[in-house]
Amino acid sequence: MNLNALWEYANPKKFIETTDRVLPVLAWGAALMLVAGLVWGFFFTPEDYRQGSTVKIIYLHVPSALMAINAWLMMLVTSLVWIVRRHHVSALAARAAAPVGMVMTLIALATGALWGQPMWGTWWAWDPRLTSFLILFLFYLGYIALWEAIENDDTAADLTSILCLVGSVFALLSRYAVNFWNQGLHQGASLSLDREENVADVFWYPLLVSIAGFVLLFVALVLMRTRTEIRARRMRALLARERMQA
Amino acid sequence: MIALLSRDLRLAMRAGGGFGLGLAFFLIVVVLVPFGVGPESGLLARIAPGILWLGALLACLLSLDRILALDWEDGSLDLLATSPLPMEGIVSVKALAHWLTTGLPLVLAAPVFGILLNLPAPGFGWLVVSLALGTPALSVIGTFGAALTVGLKRGGLLLSLLVLPLYVPTLIFGAEVARRGAEGMALGTPLALLAGITCGTIALLPFASAAVLKVNLR
Amino acid sequence: MVLSVSGASVARGGIPVLEGVSLRLSPGEALVLRGPNGIGKTTLLRTVAGLQPPLSGTVEAAPESLVYAAHADGIKATLTVEENLKFWAQVFGTRDISPALDAFCLGPLADRPAGALSAGQKRRLGLARLLVTGRAVWLLDEPTVSLDAEAVAMFASAVRAHLAAGGAALIATHIDLGLAEARLLDLSACRAAPLAADDFDGAFL
Repeated sequence: MNLNALWEYANPKKFIETTDRVLPVLAWGAALMLVAGLVWGFFFTPEDYRQGSTVKIIYLHVPSALMAINAWLMMLVTSLVWIVRRHHVSALAARAAAPVGMVMTLIALATGALWGQPMWGTWWAWDPRLTSFLILFLFYLGYIALWEAIENDDTAADLTSILCLVGSVFALLSRYAVNFWNQGLHQGASLSLDREENVADVFWYPLLVSIAGFVLLFVALVLMRTRTEIRARRMRALLARERMQA
Repeated sequence: MIALLSRDLRLAMRAGGGFGLGLAFFLIVVVLVPFGVGPESGLLARIAPGILWLGALLACLLSLDRILALDWEDGSLDLLATSPLPMEGIVSVKALAHWLTTGLPLVLAAPVFGILLNLPAPGFGWLVVSLALGTPALSVIGTFGAALTVGLKRGGLLLSLLVLPLYVPTLIFGAEVARRGAEGMALGTPLALLAGITCGTIALLPFASAAVLKVNLR
Repeated sequence: MVLSVSGASVARGGIPVLEGVSLRLSPGEALVLRGPNGIGKTTLLRTVAGLQPPLSGTVEAAPESLVYAAHADGIKATLTVEENLKFWAQVFGTRDISPALDAFCLGPLADRPAGALSAGQKRRLGLARLLVTGRAVWLLDEPTVSLDAEAVAMFASAVRAHLAAGGAALIATHIDLGLAEARLLDLSACRAAPLAADDFDGAFL
């Protein structure tokens, strides 16, 4: 495959045209997978012998937590693309992904609290994983606030992408710092390549389906928001041009 | 570079420079905490290292927007950017000046405030060491935040929001050193990690700050 | 040749304002930029000074030869006149500030805090900074704002002395400086044409 052809999609016009075709498919796919995964998970799996029915929140908790981290990774990649190749769509995609990632972080935190209450007897504990997600939430908040605060689009794109790079390093540092600071209650990762160790098949397959649903949902939302950002940006450009001529 | 440093120090000393502002804020935090949590000396002794670190951090945060904003307003920053000084040097000197006028007084005042909070005797030395090692990182990270928000009219609150998560690792390791010091525990690991973070930020972050400042001056 | 700009386009706030600007400065030459408000004189000067990159075209200058004086003078109110000048002298690696004080009649004010100066005196201090930098090419943005006739003459003779010593100056101004030898460049001809609407989808601007 010719990788150079990929950059064509950095053209806003081409991007809008392509997503016009792709977006409905993705949106329907996301809806289908989410409904299938969640219904399967909530109603057609047995209750865990230790955790009872509370375990079923895993079908929201794990996928949203995964997407919260992956959204930041995606922003990191698109920020790098902006810094290196200066494609506007890339910067706007990072801008579009941030609120989605922040909401995913919130969902992970909220479902975690709901799950923690019956299991650990508390809504919130300063456990490393929980704390890391809270810090991640703060990073999203700062990143979005910086985008909103700056009027010039190119300046905002430059500043936020550098913030994203520096933030990523500090987010990693915080992760290890928090681990060091408190060893924690949270169970280990539920997902790993040797899944036998962690989750039984009955829980595993519906979980996979709902993860796929969350991924599709994330992609669809980010594409949709990127289209909005492109149009908003174009509108600002038109207005600015009009002001110049007046 | 030295000229810039001595100018910044002189400006901080003169009227309206804001020298001592951080120290006053530190004092306020330390005085108010016992009113908030109660006068019990055992409790105060236990939370003293954390409170002192938190007070120092907040005092630092309070003065960050002065690092670059004043030079931005009167146009010196444009002129400095077109001078022979490299931008990386300018931001490093700015961070150093901030540390000398804010961080260093906090380090020196911390033991006095430790007495107010019943800090256990073995803790004093380690408190000073941890603050002396950690506050330079706070200044350097703060300069990065100040460079990000320099052109904004109401950048102060945004600056705090941006810098807050970046301060987490330094605060965790710094307060951990002070706490373990006060309790007489082994503290080699957090001390090494704190020193590592400080060295890393001093070495690398000025490049990011300079890049950001160049974008803001465009 | 100390400064050459060829085919430069510059943008303010992401919008192109000037395109195809070409100019050349030789030692001993002054060039005055003219044009209505908002045409992009300041933007062009900032681009030449290296604060922002041109959209296209090139700006070439001998290394370490430019000095830029903006609208704002960068004066610290709590430092004295002498301290302000000494700071810039140190930054640019020069020593003697007395010629600069003399050229703008700042000697009697040397020990006064800059905050106590009038607007015109501050401007003179800002211009005196140019002399202490020892740089060859002055980039001046509206240098005579808030100067009285006497001070404008002071400024003109400082520029003349600078040119005589082999320096050069690029000046954006509206008023007549009394520099008969200066060439004029009217930027109205270089106003950037608005982009066709079709281009917008491709690159926003």
